[in-house]
Amino acid sequence: MPKLDFSAYDTKGFYDEMFDENNNVRPNYKLFAERLQSLSQKKLNTLQHATDRAQLSLGMTFNVYSDNQGVERILHLDIIPRIIGSDEWTQLEKGLQQRIKALNLFIQDIYNDQKVIKDKIIPKEMILSSASYLKELEGFKPPKDIWCHITGSDLIKGGDGQYYVLEDNLRCPSGVSYMLENREILKRTFPELFEQLDVKPVYNYTHTLRDTLESLVDIDKPTVVVMTPGMYNSAYFEHSYLAQQMGAELVEGRDLVVKNDIVYMITTNGLKRVDVIYRRVDDDFIDPEVFNKKSLLGTPGLFRAYLKGNVVLVNAPGTGVVDDKAVYAYIPRIIKYYLGEDMILPNVKTYICDEESDRKYVIENIDKLVVKQTDASGGYGMLIGPKSTKKEQEEFIAKIKAKPRNYIAQPMINLSRVPTIADNTIEGRHVDLRPYALYGDEGIKIIPGALTRVALEKGSIVVNSSQGGGSKDTWVLNS
Amino acid sequence: MLGRVANTIYWMNRYLERAENYARFMDVNYNLSLELPPNEVEQWQPLVLITGDWELYESLYPKVEKSKVIYFLTFDKENPNSIFNCISNARENARAVRAEITKEVWEQINALYYLVKGAAAKKNQTDKELRRFFTDIKNGCQLVYGMYYATISRNDGWHFAKLGQLIERADKTSRVLDAKYHLLLKSPKLVGSSLDLIQWAALLKSVSAYDMYRKKNGKLTSSGIAEFLILDTEFPRSILACLLSAERCLITLSGSSVGFSNIAQKKLGVLKSQLEYADINDIIAEGMHEYLDDIQGKLNDISSAIYNSFFSIEPYIQQQSQSQL
Repeated sequence: MPKLDFSAYDTKGFYDEMFDENNNVRPNYKLFAERLQSLSQKKLNTLQHATDRAQLSLGMTFNVYSDNQGVERILHLDIIPRIIGSDEWTQLEKGLQQRIKALNLFIQDIYNDQKVIKDKIIPKEMILSSASYLKELEGFKPPKDIWCHITGSDLIKGGDGQYYVLEDNLRCPSGVSYMLENREILKRTFPELFEQLDVKPVYNYTHTLRDTLESLVDIDKPTVVVMTPGMYNSAYFEHSYLAQQMGAELVEGRDLVVKNDIVYMITTNGLKRVDVIYRRVDDDFIDPEVFNKKSLLGTPGLFRAYLKGNVVLVNAPGTGVVDDKAVYAYIPRIIKYYLGEDMILPNVKTYICDEESDRKYVIENIDKLVVKQTDASGGYGMLIGPKSTKKEQEEFIAKIKAKPRNYIAQPMINLSRVPTIADNTIEGRHVDLRPYALYGDEGIKIIPGALTRVALEKGSIVVNSSQGGGSKDTWVLNS
Repeated sequence: MLGRVANTIYWMNRYLERAENYARFMDVNYNLSLELPPNEVEQWQPLVLITGDWELYESLYPKVEKSKVIYFLTFDKENPNSIFNCISNARENARAVRAEITKEVWEQINALYYLVKGAAAKKNQTDKELRRFFTDIKNGCQLVYGMYYATISRNDGWHFAKLGQLIERADKTSRVLDAKYHLLLKSPKLVGSSLDLIQWAALLKSVSAYDMYRKKNGKLTSSGIAEFLILDTEFPRSILACLLSAERCLITLSGSSVGFSNIAQKKLGVLKSQLEYADINDIIAEGMHEYLDDIQGKLNDISSAIYNSFFSIEPYIQQQSQSQL
């Protein structure tokens, strides 16, 4: 059978995770490349096909429409993994820990003393105008002073081989179940490689998550639940998966009731007190008494119970202020301010349209920049300058002028690529990286693995699952 | 466990049991139709009547036709009780309680869904393909029960699941018997005829009771078969046997075996006692159809009582508003 041939594989113009600029295999991929080259394209396609089937049978699907006859899709898993060497990972780990530590101090500060504002590190307006800033939390401190228990920051690697943080996800970062299930599937696809390569395990994520959640209260055997908007939410697979793996109850807002500021779940044997809620429901929907009045997803009184300290919400409400893309631009200064350290993991250079000189630059160079709406996510509300039409650019300029606070811009980053199976051949496809961090009583733990998202369409740099992206398993090597 | 979750598990199993029973009815009717003079209405109408969806059928189709009946009961999305909808609902329910069931059970229900989805998308299936499909559904459901039995702890969830299955099974056994009594055989003169016997044998087969009936009674008689399907305490699909098992589930869930501690337990206990002391000759003398109709009504009442006793959140809401007064 003809063996795989990489001679036509194109690495020009981008950083490739597997091959260096001379088309030599990088050290972390050496063993994998040998294995890959012992396979034929046909065999590889068969392995890929088996993977697609496994995802369906596991029910790793998300609904595209919100009704039960809607289109169900899998997050396509490409079987060629992204492999990260141990030194590279250690550096990443340090950078993330530093960042999350500073962000947590920042959130505590802006809801309490606001020293960061008084010391003119960040303008007051920038914080108060953020859609995720919750006035109701002013003067509040969460248990153990931890706000962002679970973080899934998005990183990318540029043409220079350097990691950059693209954005922080401190509200309800999703995708961790794909990291875990992708690994289970890849272990079946390449069993022998796991033995030889010494890949760091990720399976204990859910144990660590449970420990993290329990560490937030000083109760023996606390009742921990996962709160979901329900089965029509696109991340429902993940919610049920995490609840099941942690042995926690999966609840919806209607399963909870608040009496005398204490949260209970309604069971077949009566009411049972709830201590910790890992909620995957956005701030706006957790409590109709305080936030979105029309929403039926939450539980009336939940926020009151939280403010009284009778229940822990994870992540804490109000942390989303950091996800604001305008606040993001200040993070290098925030890290310096709280920790007195230089940032280990750099931000992507960001222009704040609310600042006059930056705005002028953005408007003049819009065809070279990526413009993003500060409160949007999922690949929506953005303009990719070099790939846009004149008309689209003008539309965005008008939007920026109308509401400068709502926009930032970044230079176009040439995301690194990983070989990916594409129509009977293997081609480089752009990827990003979402590692997961857990912040509990014992500090910040980064799970040695990540969700690598891949833009399946040739040339595309948009990796969001809602925009047709897929995923890869991420192997962190022990040595 | 959460009331909502308990309710979802209860219905997950009712849907599975329903789908399996429909597949049985269809398969046996197919088999039967091969040996009978071709008269579509007489052969296929009873099937729709068994399920209680005759009104819906009439509103959707102008007349009784084999292919229409099969489509209606198997794939029709307009029919909430079609096999397609039952399996889809069972799978949606399983997804909603994914955290309560094992990977094995979930994957098997999921596989059933893809089976029925694939079949539903296929046009103009041959009789052979359809019969193969019904067998696959029957086997697929049995596989779920087997996985359930082998991998799920006997906790509250188990008992709620079992309850759903048993109430559904009792209902379907009563319906299949009812259909035979009132619809299949139009003329009393035919009692004991070869046609009568073929129909009784088919009926027994549709609830997988033929072998066990033969073992116990040998001769096929109408009263013997009715007695077997209603009052036998050992055959797992007889109405009384279902009620006896369901009662044990309720005792475990309620924590009391003496008297009753909720309305569901009371209603089920009354129906069970009624059957325990019943005599098949009295039932036949009084009217089999009326008797079975009464049982079906009572099973519905029991299901509502289970909802009110365990799944409904009303008591807690009321409690809450009272405490705020």
